[in-house]
Amino acid sequence: MKEYLQKYLALRKHNMSVAWKKAKNRKMCYLFLAPYAILFTMFYVFPVVASIYYSFTYYNILEPPRFIGLQNYISLVLQDDIFLIGVKNTLMIALITGPLGYILSFLFAWLINELPRWIRSIAVIVFYAPSIAGNCYVIFSVFFRGDAYGYVNAFLMNAGIIDSPKLWFIDPKYMLPICMLVILWMSLGTGFLSFVAGLQGVDKSQFEAGYMDGIKNRWQELWYITLPNMKPMLMFGAVMSITQSFGVADVTMALCGYPSTDYAARTIVTHLFDYGFSRFEMGYACAIATILFLMMILCNKAIQSLLRRVGT
Amino acid sequence: MSKKLIKKRKPNRSIAGDIALYLFLILVAFIMAFPLIYAVSSALKPLDELFKFPPRILAQHPTLDNFSDLFVTMGKSWVTFTRYLFNTVLITFVGTFGHLIIASMGAFVLAKYDFPGNAGFFKVVTVAMMFTGWVTQIPNYLILNKLGWIDTYWSIIIPAFASPMGLFLMKQFMEGLPTSLIEAAKIDGANEWKVFSGIVMPNVKPAWMTLIIFSVQGLWNNKASTYIYSEERKTLVYALQQIQSGGIARTGQGAAVLVVVMIVPIIIFVFSESQILETMASSGLKD
Repeated sequence: MKEYLQKYLALRKHNMSVAWKKAKNRKMCYLFLAPYAILFTMFYVFPVVASIYYSFTYYNILEPPRFIGLQNYISLVLQDDIFLIGVKNTLMIALITGPLGYILSFLFAWLINELPRWIRSIAVIVFYAPSIAGNCYVIFSVFFRGDAYGYVNAFLMNAGIIDSPKLWFIDPKYMLPICMLVILWMSLGTGFLSFVAGLQGVDKSQFEAGYMDGIKNRWQELWYITLPNMKPMLMFGAVMSITQSFGVADVTMALCGYPSTDYAARTIVTHLFDYGFSRFEMGYACAIATILFLMMILCNKAIQSLLRRVGT
Repeated sequence: MSKKLIKKRKPNRSIAGDIALYLFLILVAFIMAFPLIYAVSSALKPLDELFKFPPRILAQHPTLDNFSDLFVTMGKSWVTFTRYLFNTVLITFVGTFGHLIIASMGAFVLAKYDFPGNAGFFKVVTVAMMFTGWVTQIPNYLILNKLGWIDTYWSIIIPAFASPMGLFLMKQFMEGLPTSLIEAAKIDGANEWKVFSGIVMPNVKPAWMTLIIFSVQGLWNNKASTYIYSEERKTLVYALQQIQSGGIARTGQGAAVLVVVMIVPIIIFVFSESQILETMASSGLKD
């Protein structure tokens, strides 16, 4: 046993010295990477660590942080009803718009894949535009205006479906569904582009082999040939849509107001924003951020292990 | 022509299916484009048409009054529209430029050299893509505060340099570059910087455009609401919100700003679509 341990240590030592020598040889590499690595650590890695640290403290910027253990988390779960509404809303939005947006992205990328080149490039622009059009979603507040002049109200009243105008963004019943609709409208984003590009790259000869092997329709072709070829893109798209669907806040804040009626459109991020930048309770806000962080990472890991099974 | 089309058809497709597909796509494309078309047409409507009922989708007498109003009426206010526009353009331009250089340098060594810590670092970058900017918002505020950058342009620009998405896409794309290209240059006596600026960068132009569009998209739409307090350093999106909350008399101007905000990323995308798709082909996440 001891001998084994010694051997293992010697091996580790050897490996380390090899790595060190390599690192010395590649000094240039570190110089190239340094600007990015420093900024990345400063604004992406360190904040996560800091966020976890502050989540165990009471910190309001004016006084130095005071360690209070799990108190923030306990208050969040047991006392903060509004946070629970936020979690519920975020999960609802994520569970509905996440998978649906993901599937729509793939579906449309796949459907336009066989169109002639110029039609395809127009289609990509049309489908992708809403997601890069920035704040364009505020236009939906015109469509869904609360009075009889709003397009949707006017249309539904003319059709005799409703008899008085609905307050779409004030009535808690309608807020979330409409926000989800808007989010879906914008969901053909980066993942969609990745799918379009990935589908173009699938080796054509595999399809020809498929005809020979008796693949009958486009659905079989999709499952047996296209999807397995697209795995890396599917993973990338999943990351994009999970990140997006858990981080919803801009849309709900812009459309339903901040705060919204009865907090019906509150999401985790809205809550974080509220405590962080309105009340300056940084410790509490960091606890919210840490929970959000864990949710996103866990969800990503779960989805990735699921996607690994595609086509097998 | 029709013969050629028939020839090109795949043998396992039904014609009815193709027709249904086209109809469906046209319908969806219309739904997707409608809000954007509506936004553009309301920006072009003169004031009396904006409030007509029942409303018309397209402007009957299109005019650019709303846009010139932006400069004229808002030109008299304390912070002019031009200033908001300048702020956004500055932040977008500097942030994108720095991001492109810094991320490309990092991506170059990550993709083409083998050194200790390479794989580990890249893994951390991919994990960083899994959480949004919201998670880091508050510690970032504290850090920027310590650096004294709160309420300066730097608070938006510098964090944008390190966006993980750009490095990821650039690295994936650079991996497709033949290593022999770099080796040949090295034999000719070029140092790393020469290889990077003279050989690698000119060969990854499609990826430039991709980094640019993603960076522009983030910065151009940046509200800057939490890191910047001074009115004269606020951005276009912030101005948009102010105008929209300014009531019914400014509906036309609101629509015009909305168009200014949305049109820039869309135009960049339209002109660089093929390059972006070329880059995205290597965007896959392998594990």
